[in-house]
Formats: sequence, structure tokens, C-alpha cells
Amino acid sequence: MLGLSAAIATAIASVALYLQLLDNGPLRYAVGGWGAPLGIELYADGLSVLMLLMSALVGLGVSLYALRYFKHDAQPAGFWPLWLMMWTGLNALFLASDIFNLYVTLELIGLSAVALVALAGNRHALSGAMRYLLVSLLASLCYLLGVVLLYHAFGTVDIQLLGMAMKASPASYAALGLMVGGLLLKSALFPFHFWLPPAHASAPTPVSALLSALVVKASFYLLLRLWFDVFPAANVDFGWLLGTLGALAILWGSVQALRQSRLKMLIAYSTVAQLGYLFIPFALLSPQAWQGGIYFVLSHALAKAAMFMAAGNILKFSGHDRITDLDRIAQRLPITMTAFCLAGVSLMGLPPSGGFIAKWLMLDAALTHQQWMWALVMIVGGLLAAAYVFKVVGYAFTKADVQDNKPAESIPALMEWAPLALAVTAILLGLNANYPMALLSIGNPLAGVSP
Amino acid sequence: MSQEILYALAGVGLFVLGLHGLIVYAHLLRKILALNIMGSGVFLVLIALGRRSAVADPVPDAMVITGIVVTVSATALALVLLLRLKEMTGHTDLEQNDRHHEQ
Amino acid sequence: MNRISSVVLLLLLASLALILGLAVISLAQPSSGIGQLVNMQMSNSGVDHPVTAVLLNFRGYDTLLEMAVLLLAVIAVWSLGSRSSPQQTPSNHSNPILLALFRMLTPLMIVVAGYLLWVGAHAPGGAFQAGSILAAAGVLALLYDQRLAGRLSSWSLRFSLILGCAMFVAVATGVMLGGAHLLQYPLPWAGSLILLIELAATISIGLTLTALFYGTSTGERP
Repeated sequence: MLGLSAAIATAIASVALYLQLLDNGPLRYAVGGWGAPLGIELYADGLSVLMLLMSALVGLGVSLYALRYFKHDAQPAGFWPLWLMMWTGLNALFLASDIFNLYVTLELIGLSAVALVALAGNRHALSGAMRYLLVSLLASLCYLLGVVLLYHAFGTVDIQLLGMAMKASPASYAALGLMVGGLLLKSALFPFHFWLPPAHASAPTPVSALLSALVVKASFYLLLRLWFDVFPAANVDFGWLLGTLGALAILWGSVQALRQSRLKMLIAYSTVAQLGYLFIPFALLSPQAWQGGIYFVLSHALAKAAMFMAAGNILKFSGHDRITDLDRIAQRLPITMTAFCLAGVSLMGLPPSGGFIAKWLMLDAALTHQQWMWALVMIVGGLLAAAYVFKVVGYAFTKADVQDNKPAESIPALMEWAPLALAVTAILLGLNANYPMALLSIGNPLAGVSP
Repeated sequence: MSQEILYALAGVGLFVLGLHGLIVYAHLLRKILALNIMGSGVFLVLIALGRRSAVADPVPDAMVITGIVVTVSATALALVLLLRLKEMTGHTDLEQNDRHHEQ
Repeated sequence: MNRISSVVLLLLLASLALILGLAVISLAQPSSGIGQLVNMQMSNSGVDHPVTAVLLNFRGYDTLLEMAVLLLAVIAVWSLGSRSSPQQTPSNHSNPILLALFRMLTPLMIVVAGYLLWVGAHAPGGAFQAGSILAAAGVLALLYDQRLAGRLSSWSLRFSLILGCAMFVAVATGVMLGGAHLLQYPLPWAGSLILLIELAATISIGLTLTALFYGTSTGERP
């Protein structure tokens, strides 16, 4: 309960910051009274607060779910402290404006994420956690070397000051490559995605939800900030590379998702595919595409968390998560299946849902600029997503060939309603896009994009 | 070429050597050690370039202290995870582990 | 690894080294850097040593987060569960060299740690250095006798581990009551506040590193 009250308090604080932002516009705060470049500054604009609110919403949902989930298991004593530490790191990351500070927050998030994955205790979880840890540390070190080069080249580690001082030089190119490479590893963009499915699928369910929804978005957010604010010129030069990798991620991830026989692995590969969409706007160079991208971040976070929680319910209920043996789950766990289907609607990009708005914005931007390839990839991705969602839904309605006569565990109501609430929010995002869009424009974070 | 740049280049060398070790070796302990070497390389570059000017720049020193602490924490976690993995599976590398449970 | 892929790997790594080396060489000229700013503001920082000033005052927020990372490491290691197999030699009482080292070095290390903590205000030193020496003393004690780990009761151990973070956060937010920014020490008290934080941090760091060395939880439930 203590953990839950901390979660609620954090969520309230995020909302308070949101209200302050609405009143005052973008906020800059000098910690210790020392402004940059001597001290560390915190910065909040529309994008940061949007991320904070997203973490608060998903975090609350998953916390409520976890309250009941862990009562049934043998008590893993570490969940709450680790999750709250991770949330601390996430909040610190979204508000930071200092690249070295960001390194420490990245480590905070990464280490807690690894420990959370390992909580499941079985060999898959442990080896998934180990692989995740090695990749995460490698990525952080690459990022840190980039920070080192930037500091020694320009004399500051503040994002705003760096952006003003940036000029092309061997050091800044090297730093760009290192930092982007490290962050792409952490965001699991193809071909750096190999660590994600084992880690996300074998983790305890609330952890999978948090990882897919929030942690990979944190490094993506950081990549965005660096791309726009520190290295604005790179947008035109290298955006196509990220977009291509994103397209490959969509295709590869969706195909792999279709081939999976276990539900959680399918959802994990779906994350790999959906993360590809986030990188398409890098190639489109239009603010509208970026609005779509950020909206995608939001709706995917909600939908994926809901989907993982629904899968967790199914796993608890039947004792397994083999897709072909989902014996009439739809009749036996109706709320859970509704949550799953609604989340699937958002992932597929069907109206009315947040996913639809996001894809619509991106497709429209692609077609306006006559970039047919990207539009085609996104449409194919949507079709493949529909395929793997319907695969699960189809089996959920049919009787299994082999009847498993194990007695089914009952699922507490909170565990069913939490995913439903998040999935419904994903749908609601599609109906009412004004508020998030208005928030996003505060402080004009997308100013670095040139059409 | 001044002395500091030589040290910084040595740091780059350590970074690349560590990266090679991380990719090539299969045993997890060697991977962890390789990561530590990479970390030392980064810190060496950070400190060495901080001594370019006549008056030494204190900020890199502070950053390195922070970096070392973070790296130590991460290494500790990695080592304990390795021990648990060994206890649980008897293997100390990831590929053998994967092959084992695919059978 | 077969021949071709190892050659490809070596080529890729060599080109990476080349790019990074070029980047480093291009930085041969000193840049503006923050060094001068630090020197200008030293009198306002409460300590005399620039590195301590940066670590605990100008960039204190980083240090706060880093204390959190240390605490996180212990929580994470403990969450991985206790060891199932007992250690081979719980007590090395019979080893004469270890005994002598333990008797002579441990108190010496604790004193050195205290000195380092104190001197950090005007010479190289400070919380992290002192904490590391303290941890070395702890490791030596554990090498001497594993069972010492069980002596410290669970709650006092946990309290000491949290002490560093808690003190830091308390000071950081406490100064806000006076209307200042987060972590903005009022000028006449800066030195003492820094020392207070460093004292708590030293204890925490020493115990955290020792606990990390021990590797698992002590197995006691509160």
C-alpha cells in the first residue's frame, strides 16, 4: 500500500506540473541556484510534461494491477522499491536538460529495469535480464563517450547551450554517432532489437508492461531531444537512415510476431514492430509527422501496457500462454479479452483510437510530401498488425483441441479492470486529440524540424 | 602530439579493445570485464582531455567520480546476476543457455 | 567465430578506433570549459577544493542521483534472492596473516576514511574516497569472518544504507523551505551542510559497497 500511495503522489505531482506549464509556458529551473553551464538546469516544455503524464497514467494503471498480481505469487520483495526507483529515473530523465545528468538517469532506469526483469526468477528471465544488462551498459558507455567528446569540444553539457554552440567537426560527428547508436540500442530499433523479446516476454507481467510502455520510450525521447536541440543539422543528413531502420523494424517485427506460439513473445515482437513507426518521422522531415509520432508514443504506451496486462491475466488463468491453446478465453475472461481487443484496435490503427490518429498524421505527411515508400510500409505494417491481433482473438473464441483439465485460477477484479481502463484511454485519445496536441505545442519543441 | 592527447588516444584504444572483447568472448565474466575496460577507456579520455589547459578543469574529475560509482554499481549487479545464473543453470554463457532451452 | 566474420569485425573496430582517434586529436586545443567559472564561484561554494565544490554544490543534483544508483544496486542485488549454497570457509580465524592484517588495518582504514572525509574540503578527498576506504575495511572484515555479516541487525543496516540518500534529499528539500531553489545551500551554512551530507554519504557508501561485496541479502527478515 505504501508503494501505491507513493505512486499516487507522484502522479499528482505530474499533474501539478502540467497545470503550472499551462499557466506559465515552458519552465526552466536551475538546481542549486547555479545556472548552466556551471550548474544543472531542469527544463519542462509540452513534450516533457506529456511524457511525464504518460508515465503517470501508465504507472498508476500498472501499479494498481501489480497490487493484486504480486499477492498471488510468492512475494518478490523487490518490485515496489525497484519500480519506484525506475519511475524516479524516468521523471528525472524527462525533465533533464543536461547530457551528463541524463547519463545518470539512463543508468538508474536501466539498472532497475534489469533487476525487475530478473524478479521472475526462472532461467529465461535471468538470461534475458543478463543480456539486457550487457546491452544496456554497452549503450550507456557509448552515450557517455559521446558526452565526453561534446563536453571537451564545446565546454558545456547543457542541451540548450550545446545547441547554440554546435558546429560540424570530427568530434561532433563522432559524438552524434556514439550517442545515437547507444540510444538506438536502448530503444531496440532494428537491428539492435535482439535483446528485447527475451527480456520483455520472460519478465513478470507488470514489468513487461512497464518496459514496453515506458522504458524504451525514455531513450527514444532522449534521442528526439538530442536530434532537435543539440544536433539540428543531422535531421536533414541522416534522417533517412533512421527511417529505413524503422521500416525494417516494422516489417521484421510484425512477421516475427506472426510466427510466435507464445502470447507474451508475440506481444514483445509487436513492440519491436511498433517502435519502428516511431522512427519513420525522422525521414519525413515534417512537423505534422512528428505530431503523429509523439501521439504514437502515447497510444502505444497505453495500448501495449493494457495488452501485456491482459496477457498476464490469461497466463495466470490458464497456467500457460500458448496461443493455439487459448481455450474459449473470450467467454471465460470477457473483461480481459475486451481490454485486449481494444488495445489491438489502437495498435492496428483502426478508428477511433489514438493509434489511428497517429498513423493518420504520419500517412498524411508522407503522402503530402510524395514519399510513397513510407506510406506503403506503414499500411503494410497495419495489415500485419491486424493479422497477429486477429490470430490471438481467433483462438480466444475457439475451443482448444487438447483440453487442459487444470483448475483455472480466478482473476481478481482489479487485475481485469486496470488493463481495460488503459485500453479505453487509448481509444479515448482517438476521440479527443485537442488536449494532448495543445500540450505538445507549448514551448515548441519541434522547432528544429524543417519541412 | 602532447601528452594529454596520447592518454586520450590510449582511452580510445581501451574502449575499442573492450568492445572487441565484449563481442568476441562468450563467457559472461569476460564480457563483464570487457565492459569495465570500456568504461575505464571512457574515463581516461574524459580526464586526459581535461588537462589540456594550464589550469586543470575540475568538472571532468567530478564527472569521473560519478561515472565510476555508477559503473561499480552496474558491475556489482552484473556479477550477482551471473552468480545466480550459474547457480540456476550451471552455464556461464548466454549461447549455451539458449541452445539448452531450445531443445 | 569463423574467419570471415572475425576479419569483418576487426575491420569495423579498426575504423571505429580511427574515427574516435581523429575526433580526439581534433580536440587538442583546450576549449572554454567550465574551469574558470568554477574558480570564480569558489568563494560562494562553502569549500576550498574545486572538485568537491563541483560534486557537492554546483552539480550536486548529479551526486544525489548517483547515491540513488548505489542504493538501487543494493536493492537490486538483494532482490535476486539469497544464496542457496553455504560458503566454504565462513571463518578464517586460523589464518595468521589475515588475522594480523585484520587487527592492524581495519582500525587504520577507518581512521584514514575519517581523515579523507574531513580533508575533502580543501584537498583531494571527500565522501566517495572515504566511503571506498571504509568499504575496503568492510571487505577485509568479511574476508576474515563471513559471519560478521549477520552481526549487524537488519534494520540498522538498512537505515545506514538509506542514510546517505535520505540526508541528501532532506537537505536538498529543506533549503527550499527558506525560499531557495532545490539544493541551494544558504551561503553561511554551505560548508557545514556539505560536510553533513558527506558524512552521511560516507557511511552509506562504505556499507553499500560492503553489502555489494557480500553479494546477497543477509537472509534475515525484519
